[in-house]
Amino acid sequence: MEPLLAISVGVMIAGALYLMLSGMLVRFVFGFVLMGNAVNLLIFTAGRLSDTAPPLIAPGRTLPAEPVANALPQALVLTAIVIGFAMTLFLLVLLYRTYDRTRTLDADQPVFVNEQAGTDDPAGPDPDGPDPKDPA
Amino acid sequence: MRSELSQTGKVPDCCRAGLFSSLLPLGLFVLLCLAWPRVVQGHMFTVHWNWVPSLDLALAFRLDGLGLLFGLIITMTGFFVTLYASTYMAGYTQLGRFFVYLHGFMLAMLGIVLSDNLLLLFIFWEATTVLSFLLIGFDHDQAGARENARQALLITGGGGLFLLMGILLLKAAGFPMTFGLLAASGNLVRAHALYPAFFICILVGVMTKSGQVPFHFWLPNAMRAPTPISAFLHAATMVKAGIYLLLRLHPAMAGTPLWTGTLVLIGGGTALWGAIQAIGPCDLKRVLAYTTLMALGVLTLFAGGQTVLSLTAATTFLMVHALYKAALFLAVGSIDHQTGTRDLNRLGGLMKCMPLTALAVTGATLSMAGFPLFFGFIGKEIMYKGALAQEMFPVFATIATLVSNALMTAVAAVILITPFAGPLGGKLSLVCEVPWTMRLGPAVMGVLGVMFGIIPEWVSAHLIEPAVFAIHPDREEIRLVFFHGINLPLLLSILTLSLGALIYGFRSPLRQGLLTVLDRLWFTFPGLYQTGLDRFLTLAGRFTSIIQNGSLHIYLSVIILVMIAAVGSVWLPHLPGIAKTAPLSGPWIAAGLFNFILISTAVVVTARHRILAIGGLGGVGAGVALVFLVFGAPDIALTQLLVETLTLIFVSLILLRLPPLEKAKPPSRSRTLRNAGLASSAGLIIATLLLATLQTPLDRSLTAFFETGSMVAAHGRNIVNVILVDFRSFDTLGEITVVVLAAWAGVNLIRRAKER
Amino acid sequence: MQSIILKTATRLMVGLMLIFAVYVLLRGHHEPGGGFAAALLAGTAFALFAITEGPDQVRRAIRIRPLTMAMTGLALGLAAGLPGPAAGKPFLTGIWWQAGPISVGTPLVFDLGVFLAVLGSILSMLLCLEEN
Repeated sequence: MEPLLAISVGVMIAGALYLMLSGMLVRFVFGFVLMGNAVNLLIFTAGRLSDTAPPLIAPGRTLPAEPVANALPQALVLTAIVIGFAMTLFLLVLLYRTYDRTRTLDADQPVFVNEQAGTDDPAGPDPDGPDPKDPA
Repeated sequence: MRSELSQTGKVPDCCRAGLFSSLLPLGLFVLLCLAWPRVVQGHMFTVHWNWVPSLDLALAFRLDGLGLLFGLIITMTGFFVTLYASTYMAGYTQLGRFFVYLHGFMLAMLGIVLSDNLLLLFIFWEATTVLSFLLIGFDHDQAGARENARQALLITGGGGLFLLMGILLLKAAGFPMTFGLLAASGNLVRAHALYPAFFICILVGVMTKSGQVPFHFWLPNAMRAPTPISAFLHAATMVKAGIYLLLRLHPAMAGTPLWTGTLVLIGGGTALWGAIQAIGPCDLKRVLAYTTLMALGVLTLFAGGQTVLSLTAATTFLMVHALYKAALFLAVGSIDHQTGTRDLNRLGGLMKCMPLTALAVTGATLSMAGFPLFFGFIGKEIMYKGALAQEMFPVFATIATLVSNALMTAVAAVILITPFAGPLGGKLSLVCEVPWTMRLGPAVMGVLGVMFGIIPEWVSAHLIEPAVFAIHPDREEIRLVFFHGINLPLLLSILTLSLGALIYGFRSPLRQGLLTVLDRLWFTFPGLYQTGLDRFLTLAGRFTSIIQNGSLHIYLSVIILVMIAAVGSVWLPHLPGIAKTAPLSGPWIAAGLFNFILISTAVVVTARHRILAIGGLGGVGAGVALVFLVFGAPDIALTQLLVETLTLIFVSLILLRLPPLEKAKPPSRSRTLRNAGLASSAGLIIATLLLATLQTPLDRSLTAFFETGSMVAAHGRNIVNVILVDFRSFDTLGEITVVVLAAWAGVNLIRRAKER
Repeated sequence: MQSIILKTATRLMVGLMLIFAVYVLLRGHHEPGGGFAAALLAGTAFALFAITEGPDQVRRAIRIRPLTMAMTGLALGLAAGLPGPAAGKPFLTGIWWQAGPISVGTPLVFDLGVFLAVLGSILSMLLCLEEN
């Protein structure tokens, strides 16, 4: 069974990256969500799926009666799902704000791509700054 | 930032916070005073808490004579400066921030002089660097203040790195970090093959912090800070940190020709350069800044000496300077505050309207000039004695001291006579005296300058001797006395005063000459700094524009390519084997889910309409949730389903406000192919990596630990939940913090959008 | 929205979902469930409520600001860590008290903190978006 899931993970990752590369910000977010699902499935699968009983202990006992599914990756995935959810929400809001500011959702627009980043000086020359000729 | 100048003599209400917070330095001062008698008897207070024992880093503090002397200066100046600032800073915004920085700085400074561990000292050292950056750039709405703050940070911070390097070299050579132990192994340090490296690294740190040539220029530029800060940082504390370190390391490292020769030459040079330049500027604060350079040079010169006499000269002059310089800075601030200018050409006749400030300045300048009966006179006598007895370059030391002292005398005369004597300028007739909060500091420090000059024996027994004995093995008695009889130092003192008077008389032509010479210099250290910085910024700009040009597509392509190259190069040979060994079969439900997830993914990827894409995403999410459910994870299946639902709600909410997907221009065919190639290679690598992982044996010991502990130790039957809220709850705490922060940021983003 | 069927059904649904959320929260230590799932469930319920009745009604129903709720959750999570150091154990060590047949422990408080933090975060963004 695990190999099938491994292939699913691969396909999902490929689809997610393809979406993220498309240059359309909405599809980027779709890719992000897809990627989250893929990674969760990856962690889960890596913890093996041979035992399918939920990791619960019956009342009155101190140990699980039978071999149960691996609880550790489950805890990791549970955390990852919620964090991924929060990040997705933030990304969505960011998307909304970006559109609000730039009126475009095309990541290749010149608003986003700065060819001369870093070379411009927003402050300009400063009359009060230290004079380079001042031999203090 | 500053509002209209207050012309009344009352304390404004908004400054109660400053008055109140001045209790902190006052309290610390009183505490030090309580410990004082025991320290004079030779007791050393120590505390020691382990911090990182494996790094020899401990929260170790000690209070001995040297620390006490510095501590008293720091807290006393800190108290007067806070009191002063409570009035002076009225009208500035962000006063709370100011006092936090100021007191934080003071505590960091106290940390330096009280720590008993070199690494701990370094931490406090860096803290003063950062806090002084914040204080110098306090008027951060002015580009000049920002620029100068950055200069101070780059220079002192860069020097700090050298200091760290020196300390780590010492540590790597096996020397202890505690001062007492380090001093005990002083002979080994001096004999070590790496001694020159220790010395040079630490010296660079000291030189940058204490404004020694060629790292001196940040200090006059730092005068952009509001005056109370200048007074505190540059008269009494920050720049003395380097001197303190030299004195503190004296038992461990001094006594070599390298130490003495270098320090005498650098110190003498700095003293001369600072003193000569002090007659140049018209801005009173800048004048004071250059005289500080002179003082730091002289202190370095004497810290280089080996004898008790030399160290006595250093500590005595340290006190002399702290007293008169803090008083003068504060008084200059008062003049600026009341008249709105610090320009020597525009000031005059202030004696009539600011008599009490004038009196305090008189005391301070006479001490600075070294007139008899003032503490400065005592300091100068002992300085000449020390310079004449210097082991190396005594002639140079004496001449440097003599010339810079003479220049100091002339500058003191300028500071006293120009603003206060003569006729009152027309515009200045409305000026009145400052309130008591701004008078107290200069007055007390002026009075101390006279008092210490009259009772030098007491000072030497209670302050100088404990300080010197803390760093020098010889216990020869130190006696500062008023009159030694007619000897060479006395003659030199008289020569200083006459030379000073001469320079004062010819100050105009001298200033003209100086300015002409400075103008003709083709090479200067600040120029070098500026050129270097400019070139570096240009380079950084070009580099940034290449690697961070803002194109999402390029960023992602690079990341994916690097991953493919790094993993794929190792991985490719193993691919066929893995593909062969993987059994591609499973129960019918697994095959069904597999197909469902695959089809949903295909729908998301190919959808041209957003509703279709959202539906596909929901399908993938549901498919993954079903996998969780089938393979024994009801907890995450439930969570996944709920998250899918909420994600869909949010996606719809947002997408309703955005233009439809189908309107977007599709990328070119070649780019689509390239993207598909990149994405599928990455997917292939991940899938095969997972397949390979699945073929390795699984270590379930951690899971077994959780399974056994779940009920017994944590009283929970749901093992997953127990891991989340008990065994690994610190992780979960971090996670919900991330969630809350994301929500907070999101809410603010939406609100900002609403405001527009 | 104006659909009467939706409105009526929603009232019933939301009530049921919230009760179920509390149930999921409480049973979480022994059966599938817990703070995360409960918070998501309650969040879904409020989202439904906000769609039919508007965000103002939701604000009125929960009484405190959503971000305050989230911060309270964080504070509870931190507070649940403090009994550990007080008993000389590391931060966030679970401490249990036996009160008759039921045992009460700091992990339960922590789970409640998780619930509030996640629910508050969801609600704050949801309501803000709905009002925009």
